[in-house]
Amino acid sequence: MSQENPIISVSGLSKRFGDVYAVNDINFTVGAGSITGLLGTNGAGKTTTIAMLLGLIIPTSGKVEIFKFDMLKTRHAALARMNFSSPYIDLPQRLTVAQNLTVYAKLYGLSNIPDRLAQLARELQLSDFIDRPYRTLSSGQKTRAMLAKSLLNEPELLLLDEPTASLDPDTADWIRQYLANYQRRTNATILLASHNMPEVERLCDQVLMLRDGKIITRGTPAELIKAHGGETLEEVFLAVVRQNQNGSAARRLI
Amino acid sequence: MKKNHLRRFEFSVGRVYGLVLRYWYLLKGSVPRLLELAYWPSIQLILWGFISQFFLSQSSALAGAAGVLISAVLLWDILFRCQLGFSISFLEELWSRNLGHLFVTPLRAHEFIAALMTISLIRVFIGVGPAILIAIPLYHFSIFDLGLPLIAFFVNLMMFGWAIGLLVTALLLRVGVGAESIAWAMIFLIAPVSAIYYPVAILPDWLRAVAWALPPAHIFEGMRSVLINGTFDVNFWLNAFGLNIFYLTISSAAFLYNFHSARRDGKLLQIGE
Repeated sequence: MSQENPIISVSGLSKRFGDVYAVNDINFTVGAGSITGLLGTNGAGKTTTIAMLLGLIIPTSGKVEIFKFDMLKTRHAALARMNFSSPYIDLPQRLTVAQNLTVYAKLYGLSNIPDRLAQLARELQLSDFIDRPYRTLSSGQKTRAMLAKSLLNEPELLLLDEPTASLDPDTADWIRQYLANYQRRTNATILLASHNMPEVERLCDQVLMLRDGKIITRGTPAELIKAHGGETLEEVFLAVVRQNQNGSAARRLI
Repeated sequence: MKKNHLRRFEFSVGRVYGLVLRYWYLLKGSVPRLLELAYWPSIQLILWGFISQFFLSQSSALAGAAGVLISAVLLWDILFRCQLGFSISFLEELWSRNLGHLFVTPLRAHEFIAALMTISLIRVFIGVGPAILIAIPLYHFSIFDLGLPLIAFFVNLMMFGWAIGLLVTALLLRVGVGAESIAWAMIFLIAPVSAIYYPVAILPDWLRAVAWALPPAHIFEGMRSVLINGTFDVNFWLNAFGLNIFYLTISSAAFLYNFHSARRDGKLLQIGE
């Protein structure tokens, strides 16, 4: 699926750790204002891909361009316009939510920090725990605090690693709704890695499925369901990832 | 496009302030931590102050060197606390697995270093300040009597503390928090050849060369020159300053190299407890 105005452009991207390719020669683009889902089993290469997009991991080969900036050479030009959230990387535990957000607001160069924090506290319902240390929060509260951190700079590009992992259905649904609204309101581009198929089906315009570091199929959720049979994206996912590595049924929809 | 390439060298005081604020929140949020900062230097000072008074009562030869031991204790603590403040603040990021978040912001590695230097300076003032003040009523000794040379010594000690701190953080980036004890231990490796409490001349010949290759020997010999002879030997200061520039360059390069390696090996996301 090519995009006329890509915010993310990835070509020939690989990452090798020792003898193992975590990501192996992947190519994709993500268009402005779209939501793209990155699906795959554990160890498929989703987090490594996101980390390379962020410049946290240097690729073994290939190229990542975000907002047309080469992330290997000029990533700082892009980083101010993007943000990231992952349940697997905590914020400093002993700082309160407000302190964490203040620190990150300064790192992103925000000028009117109290107003921005008040706005995010209102939108993400942080007020009850904004002055509590991060370590004392529940999973749902931590996710909302982390989301607030990732929205501080009103990012044009938001990278989310499993945004609703380990949340109860109600909180997870609330987060999904918030993300969808945020995207509509700001026309932001979102790339999210997820294991939650209904979530991806509901939110995403485009889906990339990874296995063993390779993109094995891609398309809109409807295209994938149509192409691979089944009734839900989950059935497609299970069928695709269980195929033999050398199987030919994994199709690529362009 | 050329302008974009240069963005990596940008320096934002605001981002440095933001990160300093992060460490300051940690400090002010824990009274025991604040007290501990001042506790050890104060205890050291009290112990060495009485030892110093005992020596003076036993030997008139040492009478002219009043304050040498106390000054040595205080200056060594400036060096030690500076290095420790730098390294511990970095360890805080590893313990909280926060590097992954920090380096997806526009924060540059050199701004990160500047923030660690700033917070180490603050920690030195909090830690050693009370000990300096205690010495005045307790031993009738004020390190401020050193006058302007004190600033020269202080600057050099901070520079070397940062150099060691950078080297420690570079090692931690490479081997992880399993090696965190080096944050406390490494500085003591050079203590015997730093001429803190005794002159370099006491050392065996082969060790003197090692001592003179390190800034602390010049700083502490310079301190003794001021306190015993009443003269500030600018050569000691210049030698220490030159060596500090050299060691800061080497340790900065080691840090940046290991930071690059950590990005290459995916450690920024994984490193932590």
